[in-house]
Amino acid sequence: MIVAERKPFAEIEAMVEGAGRVLVIGCGTCVTVCFAGGLEQVAALASALRIATRLGGKEKVIDEAVVERQCEWEYIDPLGARLDNYDLALSLGCGVGVQALGERFPAKRIVPGLNTSFMGLPVKPGEWEERCQACGDCVLDKTGGICPIARCSKQLLNGPCGGSQGGRCEIGHDVPCAWQLIWDRMNALGLRTGLTEVQPPKDWSSSRDGGPRRIVRDDLQLPEEYRD
Amino acid sequence: MTSPSANIGPGNLERLIRAGEFVVTGELGPPKGWLRGEIERKAALVRGVVDAVNVTDNQTAVVRMSSIAAGRILIEQGIEPVVQMTCRDRNRLGMQSDLMGAAALGVRNVLCLSGDHQSFGNHPTAKNVFDLDSIQLVQLVARMRRDGVFQCGEEIAGGGPPFWVGAAANPFGDPFEFRPLRLAKKVAAGANFIQTQFIYDIPRFRKFMETVVDMGLHEKVALLAGVGPLKSSGMARYMRDKVPGMIVSEYYIAEMERAVSSIPKEDKTARAEAWKQRGIELCIEQIREIRGIPGVSGVHIMTVEWEAALRPVAEGAGLLPRPSTS
Repeated sequence: MIVAERKPFAEIEAMVEGAGRVLVIGCGTCVTVCFAGGLEQVAALASALRIATRLGGKEKVIDEAVVERQCEWEYIDPLGARLDNYDLALSLGCGVGVQALGERFPAKRIVPGLNTSFMGLPVKPGEWEERCQACGDCVLDKTGGICPIARCSKQLLNGPCGGSQGGRCEIGHDVPCAWQLIWDRMNALGLRTGLTEVQPPKDWSSSRDGGPRRIVRDDLQLPEEYRD
Repeated sequence: MTSPSANIGPGNLERLIRAGEFVVTGELGPPKGWLRGEIERKAALVRGVVDAVNVTDNQTAVVRMSSIAAGRILIEQGIEPVVQMTCRDRNRLGMQSDLMGAAALGVRNVLCLSGDHQSFGNHPTAKNVFDLDSIQLVQLVARMRRDGVFQCGEEIAGGGPPFWVGAAANPFGDPFEFRPLRLAKKVAAGANFIQTQFIYDIPRFRKFMETVVDMGLHEKVALLAGVGPLKSSGMARYMRDKVPGMIVSEYYIAEMERAVSSIPKEDKTARAEAWKQRGIELCIEQIREIRGIPGVSGVHIMTVEWEAALRPVAEGAGLLPRPSTS
């Protein structure tokens, strides 16, 4: 899932400063699961903003909404009429959600209440770790199902740099060395010989480096007569 | 008319390694600025003491003068550089373009490294590149020479530059068992010589070398053992505790502590002197021991901003005079 965390309150306060009426919009999918932008976080942030603006002497109208998924037109379209009543929408969706709202409601100012962090998973309650960088050319078959692109600080493809020690990455003791994990897993699977071949330079064109990405599938396109 | 690479021959380090000499390399950090005087001053300290000198490339991710430019200044001083090139700061276009420039300026040795992560340096918020990793860079440079082509396969005008390709190995990183296999990958990628991380755990290095010899890697690549004089017991502890992928055995820490045990803490000058003297002695002892380990073709003496230590170390270890360079 997409993992995000809320921006510092002062930053959010500054973003909504000029607006009298604000709609805080949460998302019921990834950011609900990571406790950053679901129903409860929307309620908590809205109350905090109400209190802060009241104490500051310029009380704002802060209302709340949560949609199932901010990244799909069908879930955000129903917000249209309601949004007319607000000066500004504060999205607690990921960066995709914020932009989806902006694209669907171009006349409305939309600001982000979250910092979108990464694609990952909760490894234990209250702790999330990155697992995928969406490089567009998966190598997990060669690395025992552990991603060196997302989990090695240098994205090395041919094994650990000299800084790996005791299973830890050189950049910090709380960062596991991806190549230690890969080595251990490949050994356990009896596949270590796979790690002795020199891996060629990666084709990064399918990653962000190739420009903004897009997938087109003809088999899923609507027939001409049904298109907008 | 002959091609430029046909009339510009290999470097000193390559010739000596091919001749089977026990080679000695040193290290020199370019200045954190643009004045060449400091390089010239350091050059005087290493001239005649080593066969070639590594010039570091923004080491520990701290910006310094380019290793290629500093390498050229060394060439003008009559010293052969080993230009270090890391994968952190340039993509494959930048690296290949710089390699062409380096060859044109007379650089013959290139050491291919991943590079320390930028979080250690003075621009921790920088984007890193790592378009290639160190093994892929070894492959790229070796193929340039062998086939006269760029990574994309297009021909290099003038043919392949006569680079002698180096790589690093850290016998003290983990996973320990992976280390010789990774070294084998560097050899398969075309490395001609290897310089190791600082060795302050000789039994572990010996074990590493046994595997290297069993795999026959020592016959395909010249392995230069990394050593260096300690400056104080604090430095020894720092290397043990803070430098990623380093092992410093208790012996070195105890010996450095013993060197100053009878000198009062207030007498800083006397302590520094005693430390330096003991550090040089220990380094000489290391070299003498390492030289006897099968598969070792030379030593790489890293003095870390203490170039003046090179001569007494090389002298004491019986490495002088260096063989003729031509």
